[in-house]
Amino acid sequence: MRNAQLILEDGTVFSGKSFGYEGSVAGEVVFSTAMTGYVESLTDPSYAGQLVTLTYPIVGNYGVPSTSLVETTKAQHGLHTFMESDKIYLSALIVSEYSENYSHWNAQESLGDWLKRERVPGITGIDTRELTKVLREHGVMHGKILIEGVGDEPEFKAYSDINYVAEVSCKEIIRYNEGADKKVVLVDCGVKNNILRCLVDRGVEVIRVPWDYDFNSLDFDGLFLANGPGDPNNCEVAVANIKNFLGGKVRPLMGICMGNQLLAKAVGTSVYKLKYGHRSHNQPVRMVGTNKCYITSQNHGFAVDASKLPADWTSYFENMNDGSNEGICHKHNPWYSAQFHPEAFGGPVDTMFLFDNFIKNLSL
Amino acid sequence: MKDNIKKVLILGSGALKIGEAGEFDYSGSQALKALREEGIETVLINPNIATVQTSEGVADHIYFLPVTPFFVEKVIEKERPQGILLAFGGQTALNCGVSLYQSGIFERYNVEVLGTPVQAIIDTEDRELFVGKLNEIDVKTIKSEACETIEEACRAASTLGYPVILRAAYALGGLGSGFCDNEEELVKLAEKAFAFSPQVLVEKSLKGWKEIEYEVVRDKYDNCITICNMENFDPLGIHTGESIVIAPSQTLTNSEYHKLRELSIRIVRHIGIVGECNVQYAFDPYSEDYRVIEVNARLSRSSALASKATGYPLAFVAAKLGLGYGLFELKNSVTKTTTAFFEPALDYIVCKIPRWDLGKFHGVDHELGSSMKSVGEVMAIGRTFEEAIQKGIRMIGQGLHGFVGNRDIHFENINQALCEPTDKRILVIEKAFEAGYTVDKIHELTKIDRWFLQKLFNVYNIYQDLQKAKSLDTLDANLLRLAKRQGFTDFQIARALGLEKTQKMNDAILQVRHHRKQLGIVPFVKQIDTLAAEYPAQTNYLYLTYSGVTHDIVYEHDKRSAVVLGSGAYRIGSSVEFDWCGVQALNTLRKEGYRSVMINFNPETVSTDYDMCDRLYFDELTFERVMDILELEDPFGVIVSTGGQIPNNLAIRLDQQQVPILGTTAQSIDNAEDREKFSAMLNRIGVDQPAWRALTSMDDICEFIAEVGFPVLVRPSYVLSGAAMNVCSNMEELERFLHMAANVSKEHPVVVSQFIEHAKEVEMDAVAKDGEIIAYAISEHIEFAGVHSGDATIQFPPQKLYIETARRIKKISRKIAKELNISGPFNIQFLARDNDIKVIECNLRASRSFPFVSKVLKINFIELATRAMLGLPVEKPKKNLFDLDYVGIKASQFSFNRLQKADPVLGVDMSSTGEVGCLGEDTRDALLKSMFSVGLRIPKKGILLSTGNTVQKTAMLSAAKELHKKGYSLYATEGTSRFLAENDVPNTRVYWPTETQQPQALDLMYQGEIDMVVNIPKNLTSHELSNGYTIRRAAIDRNIPLLTNARLASAFIQSFCSMTMEDLEIKSWGEY
Repeated sequence: MRNAQLILEDGTVFSGKSFGYEGSVAGEVVFSTAMTGYVESLTDPSYAGQLVTLTYPIVGNYGVPSTSLVETTKAQHGLHTFMESDKIYLSALIVSEYSENYSHWNAQESLGDWLKRERVPGITGIDTRELTKVLREHGVMHGKILIEGVGDEPEFKAYSDINYVAEVSCKEIIRYNEGADKKVVLVDCGVKNNILRCLVDRGVEVIRVPWDYDFNSLDFDGLFLANGPGDPNNCEVAVANIKNFLGGKVRPLMGICMGNQLLAKAVGTSVYKLKYGHRSHNQPVRMVGTNKCYITSQNHGFAVDASKLPADWTSYFENMNDGSNEGICHKHNPWYSAQFHPEAFGGPVDTMFLFDNFIKNLSL
Repeated sequence: MKDNIKKVLILGSGALKIGEAGEFDYSGSQALKALREEGIETVLINPNIATVQTSEGVADHIYFLPVTPFFVEKVIEKERPQGILLAFGGQTALNCGVSLYQSGIFERYNVEVLGTPVQAIIDTEDRELFVGKLNEIDVKTIKSEACETIEEACRAASTLGYPVILRAAYALGGLGSGFCDNEEELVKLAEKAFAFSPQVLVEKSLKGWKEIEYEVVRDKYDNCITICNMENFDPLGIHTGESIVIAPSQTLTNSEYHKLRELSIRIVRHIGIVGECNVQYAFDPYSEDYRVIEVNARLSRSSALASKATGYPLAFVAAKLGLGYGLFELKNSVTKTTTAFFEPALDYIVCKIPRWDLGKFHGVDHELGSSMKSVGEVMAIGRTFEEAIQKGIRMIGQGLHGFVGNRDIHFENINQALCEPTDKRILVIEKAFEAGYTVDKIHELTKIDRWFLQKLFNVYNIYQDLQKAKSLDTLDANLLRLAKRQGFTDFQIARALGLEKTQKMNDAILQVRHHRKQLGIVPFVKQIDTLAAEYPAQTNYLYLTYSGVTHDIVYEHDKRSAVVLGSGAYRIGSSVEFDWCGVQALNTLRKEGYRSVMINFNPETVSTDYDMCDRLYFDELTFERVMDILELEDPFGVIVSTGGQIPNNLAIRLDQQQVPILGTTAQSIDNAEDREKFSAMLNRIGVDQPAWRALTSMDDICEFIAEVGFPVLVRPSYVLSGAAMNVCSNMEELERFLHMAANVSKEHPVVVSQFIEHAKEVEMDAVAKDGEIIAYAISEHIEFAGVHSGDATIQFPPQKLYIETARRIKKISRKIAKELNISGPFNIQFLARDNDIKVIECNLRASRSFPFVSKVLKINFIELATRAMLGLPVEKPKKNLFDLDYVGIKASQFSFNRLQKADPVLGVDMSSTGEVGCLGEDTRDALLKSMFSVGLRIPKKGILLSTGNTVQKTAMLSAAKELHKKGYSLYATEGTSRFLAENDVPNTRVYWPTETQQPQALDLMYQGEIDMVVNIPKNLTSHELSNGYTIRRAAIDRNIPLLTNARLASAFIQSFCSMTMEDLEIKSWGEY
């Protein structure tokens, strides 16, 4: 294994070994405290442009399942069985102890081989706890990974300058479960497969549209705002389309993550960047005004400022650790969104009921 | 919170036994802390006097009484609590609670069961109800049939198809359970199981599936979270208490992890748990198929482990939830800012390894299975699997240095040893690698997941690489760094390099240490903070790892730290009593303004609770790791005398590194530990001791025996198998023992001592300062010498000791304290016969009986000792043991019922797993309470007597007469029957299994005619032992109370014949 270095913009250097693709890369360095689910995380489009460190030290244990798209049953609707999109989206993976030998009945290759195949660098032997503490104290930072003896040193990349949503969104309309009774338009800012699965498994047709597509011209029963990477302030086109939707005929709406932020912007409040974001499978949220609490899967660096919501909107969920907003809802209309990921994959499935409610609302 | 609850009763778990040990002291202590925080008055029933929970200030009213419905009802009647907690005292408390509920006691006294409702407990305990309950929510269970007769069990097994597993319902830790490959095995096991339980369960065996557990918490608002999941290294088929357990799971994908998590939550909600609970799964290694094995609706061994593994205080939170709190109303006790409603994220791996002591028992089966045999466990923390498991293997304290680098042990048949796991299984894997087995082959034979095996193979390979290096100079620094990351010690590295060939091992270790420090290869200190560094935490819960580049904490270097070395894994001879001692030392240090620091690695203890001290290092007690920590801490001093033998043994080596040892010097400790030096000292100060000699040849041994005569006590320094010491009564015995069990040679001398029969054994527990005794307690054994002091029944204050004997013992102790210039705790054991007093042992550390005498006397010996060690003024307590108008009796708990085939006879080597201590107005009162606490019952029908030699028979005669007067039927074997008849005690002669006549003793036991057995071997020769073995073993397997010592049997019988249950005093500790 070649020697490799992670260099942060404040000059901090961590040394380790390369176990993935041998090429240098720059991006925003973030940490996730999830203890499992690296296949799901790697293929989550929301991680586009980021160098992700996992705080759980031993990674790669169960290898990587088949990544080729084999449609075994019609119910899969052309979606990968094991992955959240069709490729690895994060820019690099940073771990403490890469487990080269893996063991699982559905594994096809090692994590290192997969990273190499998809040309994504991986670095092991890093004190990821210390790195996490640095990021926690300083806030997320730009960083780059250098592999000894390979390529030139890249420049630091300014994360907010890039419209990652435009990069990862589908380029044309894709329909799933065509001909179903109810039709849902899904605005693809970087949607995870499990959101699509959660919808089609509940029997609706999904019309997946590019992030900037003016869906108001289509015929549909409900609107779904999906997750996605980057700075929500780069998505003004989508915000304008959502505003139009809210001003028209009342139809159900549900949003997730970036969807929550875009909806918030559309109703007139703002979003701000968190110091180091929420990336984990153990984020506690409380449904505001109730004793109902849920463990949620999260992956976001921006949050909604719920203090400036207009009168007929209210905070739906709240983070129990830092009090940040975890979702908003309309006081009368069937419109709500969650900052966390009810579709899970990876992470806990406690809030799947949000999908059930959305589907129920379609029939009201 | 519920505001009608002002006083709450908590049930403890009683003596430590296999399957129910120190974890419940930890759980109970946490619960009591939670209640006290709410201002609730607490009442605790627990006869385990050595626990932390039964210490002053932990509960308001402490009853050292048996946790049985009879006594609990009495306490309820007296104390009138509004609430009761059943989930913190293991299966003992749970079973007692269910029984009280069913007999309407709670209703009668208007006591509310807090937390999980009793019906929910019953739903999880009764297999049929349980399966029905889970069927309602489409959760799969292992198909099992409840059977009430052996015939039914056979029918069920043939329908399900062999192999099957058989379990006894309502039994703890898999008692009476096992795998059966055919009907013959089934019948044998079923007979035993029915002795414990009216119902057995026969189910299809899923041997080879993964075993996964989730710890789940739910509040009354239906909020539900899983705190930790754990994966067994050993697949299904080995009881989880016997398995190496890893947290979090390592081989589960996200989908599998969350599938089982969702099921756990669904189950816990449906059953209606309020508090904590554990769900165990069998999980198919080739699909996502699963079965729920069981649900424990209470705190458990796993929950204690999960608490330590994650830093989430499960018992504390469970107690609060029982009081009606919601999870969202409680704070994360580590970060203190975030909520208790969260699931810990670990950034390290945890490995639990059981500790067995099977070598202590004669005849015991070493094979591991579905029933638990281990007596303790350790938890190792690391950032690689290799680091964690190698730490853990060292921690179990059986002379292992890690996965590799151990003394050679030989396995006849590796294939078989892999297929039929024993307590040596981890060593077999290493041997298999050596023999060229592949990971796949070992997987095939053991079904251990390849991932774990591959990691072990990495360790094996690194050792091979190290061996190639041959010397430190030629050792590649990167390889050395890698080895340290993978958990290698300086010892292993020195051994791999062959350094011990040219120098002493201890010097070689120091050389490796010096070398790697020069290269900057040192461990780093990391915090356990529950959130993987996501939020800042002021936690003092620490471990060391080589996978790191910085420390998480900043050191003060102000010489205000004092480090207490803990006692390690619970084992026979060292358990909760040393945890108590350690905790008392920590408390005293804190009180005196020192920063208290603990090093220990036992997840069952209170001393490893991070709020018991200012800094907790959950790490090894090896010389290397202790030095790593001391170099960072740079402490004022180190206490080595409150953690039993492990820290005591480190004293000299630490002293050589200029570590400031508090109290008695390392030199004095050595002078007491070294037999030659100690003996010479006793001679010098004119103190008598039994004759002994360290001998290196058979001729010398014979010559010595010619001087002192038989019997002799023989202690080999190198034990091949079986017990470490033995009493030999004749030449034949001696030869057999030395031939079978030991090597006698120049390198391995044998210590032979004169064995004095019919002598009293007396203990002196004391605290001295600068060689002067400050406080002392003299206690006497009820049994004569020959029963290990850890197995003996001990009475304090002594009731039958000559004043003169006591005075002489005091005098001798003073001389020894002065000569060794003791500052701190110490213990001396004496033999006394007719005022002739000999010293048999002296330990310059706290002994097993410190908590017992401290609590009976109500003087905290460890507090005094700690003050003495710190050099603070210590006032002599005014109170003295002769002032007490009550008696304390400490009795031993045995776990023979779990140790299949083991002979339940007591000898010079210790075999008890726990103890209790009860108070009473006289010996009888205290003795009955303590004997009931360790599982004895007053018989109702018949007693089988076979009472040893003439002296023993005579000792038992008046007890036999009492029994007869009370109307018991007496059954006796040949010699005893004749002796009783000659002395006008009517009895029925019964026959040994080796005799053919009727009635057979065993038949009467099976028929339930005999409900107590007194079987006293004439001596400890193997011939005599084998004779009564069948009877003793049958008594254990049939759950019939068994007594094997004449003096104890006599005292117990006299007591229950002269007192009734109603006569027993129900008084709390404070009322004495």
